[in-house]
Amino acid sequence: MAIFLDENSRIIVQGMTGSEGMKHTRRMLLGGSNIVGGVNPRKAGETVDVEGKQLPVFGSVAEAMSATGANVTVIFVPPAFAKAAMIEAIDAEIPLAVAITEGIPVHDSAEAWAYNVDKGLKTRLIGPNCPGIISPGKSNAGITPSDITGAGPIGLVSKSGTLTYQMMFELRDIGMSTAIGIGGDPVIGTTHIDALAAFEADPETKAIVLIGEIGGDSEEKAAAYIKANVTKPVVAYVAGFTAPEGKTMGHAGAIVSGSAGTAQAKKEAFEAAGVKVGKTPSETAALMREVYASL
Amino acid sequence: MDLFEYQARDMFEAYGVPVLQGLTADTPEEVEAAAAKIGGVVVVKAQVKAGGRGKAGGVKVAKSPEEAKELSKNIFGLDIKGHVVKRVMVAQGASIAQEFYFSVLLDRSNRTFLSLCSVEGGMEIEQLAEERPEALAKVPVDATKGIDLAKALDIAKQGGFDDELAAKVAPVFVKLYEVFVKEDTTLVEVNPLVLTTDGQIIALDGKVSLDDNAEFRHERESMERDELDPLEAKAKAMDLNYVKLDGEVGIIGNGAGLVMSTLDVVAYAGERHGGVKPANFLDIGGGASAEVMAAGLDVILNDPQVKSVFVNVFGGITACDAVANGIVGALKTLGDKATKPLVVRLDGNNVLEGRYILEQASHPLVTVVDTMDEAADKAAEFANR
Repeated sequence: MAIFLDENSRIIVQGMTGSEGMKHTRRMLLGGSNIVGGVNPRKAGETVDVEGKQLPVFGSVAEAMSATGANVTVIFVPPAFAKAAMIEAIDAEIPLAVAITEGIPVHDSAEAWAYNVDKGLKTRLIGPNCPGIISPGKSNAGITPSDITGAGPIGLVSKSGTLTYQMMFELRDIGMSTAIGIGGDPVIGTTHIDALAAFEADPETKAIVLIGEIGGDSEEKAAAYIKANVTKPVVAYVAGFTAPEGKTMGHAGAIVSGSAGTAQAKKEAFEAAGVKVGKTPSETAALMREVYASL
Repeated sequence: MDLFEYQARDMFEAYGVPVLQGLTADTPEEVEAAAAKIGGVVVVKAQVKAGGRGKAGGVKVAKSPEEAKELSKNIFGLDIKGHVVKRVMVAQGASIAQEFYFSVLLDRSNRTFLSLCSVEGGMEIEQLAEERPEALAKVPVDATKGIDLAKALDIAKQGGFDDELAAKVAPVFVKLYEVFVKEDTTLVEVNPLVLTTDGQIIALDGKVSLDDNAEFRHERESMERDELDPLEAKAKAMDLNYVKLDGEVGIIGNGAGLVMSTLDVVAYAGERHGGVKPANFLDIGGGASAEVMAAGLDVILNDPQVKSVFVNVFGGITACDAVANGIVGALKTLGDKATKPLVVRLDGNNVLEGRYILEQASHPLVTVVDTMDEAADKAAEFANR
């Protein structure tokens, strides 16, 4: 099993022919992902050799889907074109779109999301500004290194890229069903709750690690959701206790304004929902280890 | 980025939102000239990004240019919640019949836009929301449909405006929404929006927050910005994602989440070592090249408060050997300018090669520690010596 992405995922890359797109297409292929083509209207009809695999370039997501049976797209196009790329993926009704691009104007993300809602949410959007999703041993859609950990029973959902890698690394002896980086922007597609619901339903996932950070109320909502709906053990980590109010900490969404979005409030929400919260990533991994040993 | 009031006023004017005349002035003499130009009663308003300006003495009404000049002498230099007044706006006086509230903002929680509106304006919106929540309408706005005249009328009516007043304010709401979208803002707030005694609707005070991610499609190079801390300005010039904090342990890491986490872990470690704290946030991003590492170290080592530095890298896309070479190269570039102990923790891709490179270089300032928690402890210990 695993969630959202598995061995049947057939991946195309929007912006494959750009430098980031090409670099990560190569990495995904080497990591075992089934990449079936790319999209770039100006290079439609061309074929690109990536690590010995001939990848066709299509004029649109819809064309790529009908020619290759693709069911996942990974978006690497620059911020100025990302809204159009997301909307193109939504129009094509591709089941999963992973937007890696960092620095997209929030109006563009909000519009793309509203468009997706209007179209009946036929596309699951992950990101933007995220590392993507990996189901180790099955498929990898995004920029997460493929070899940090193997397949296993832990599900991981995180706002941050490098903290995702760190946690995968800490728990590499146990392994993960799926690790999903939902992104650090104010408007994102897939939320903590979406991932929690999917992990709860996934028989391969036995326990869940949730990583949050300052800003917004996604963690507070997740805590309430866990209390009401999640039966599998969840361990959480929240970054940003020392972040001062009003200063953006790297991610566009990582900002504390007034009393809203503080790490302390998020930690308290989790603890009130019976979720153990680690003080450091290592301590969080140790908590998960204990939980896992007692299963 | 939040705008100064005068910038919001000018932006409103450019979109046809009704505003009163307003001129900026940086000296009492300029205030006098501006007041003379506007004529009649004027209001001298401190231009700082802080609430409660009126209570702090930063807003004064003057009946003549001379009085405006005299009053402004007490406004310049005033400290309002840590912001020192260097510029004022001299605004035309208004005869107010009624005050209203209107805003449109990004509603992150619901991934859409939201308009807040009330026929009862004038007070702080937080106060209104608390004391009379039923008087404050919260109307979701679809990002693909926006606010047209019909929607604006609906918002006004939900905010308690009667038909006649709603018809007057709705076209202004439409224009304010235009500002919200076309200027890529996350907040446009008018408080108060007023009805004057001669029946006009005027946006008397405005707050606008811009989305930094959208800078590439706007020409804002000449816009007045907050004065940066000198180290922040230096980091910005080098394209580094740096925030100055008030501590002793300099921090460099890759990825926003990991760096935020590093600050926390250092603060916890500091509790065991004389209360030392992180000195900064610095995310060098995915590609930690020698150049970026050198630029980052240069900024941090120039912070006189910094006593030790913690370099915390998880090699994901970047390999640890490249990071290690970056550190060695950076120390070579900095030469004698590097004087503070460096604790380095590397993990992930090619970690053994990375640690080996640092061992071979055996730089006297560098200590390599295997785990993040232990490295934070070491860095805090060094900072407390």
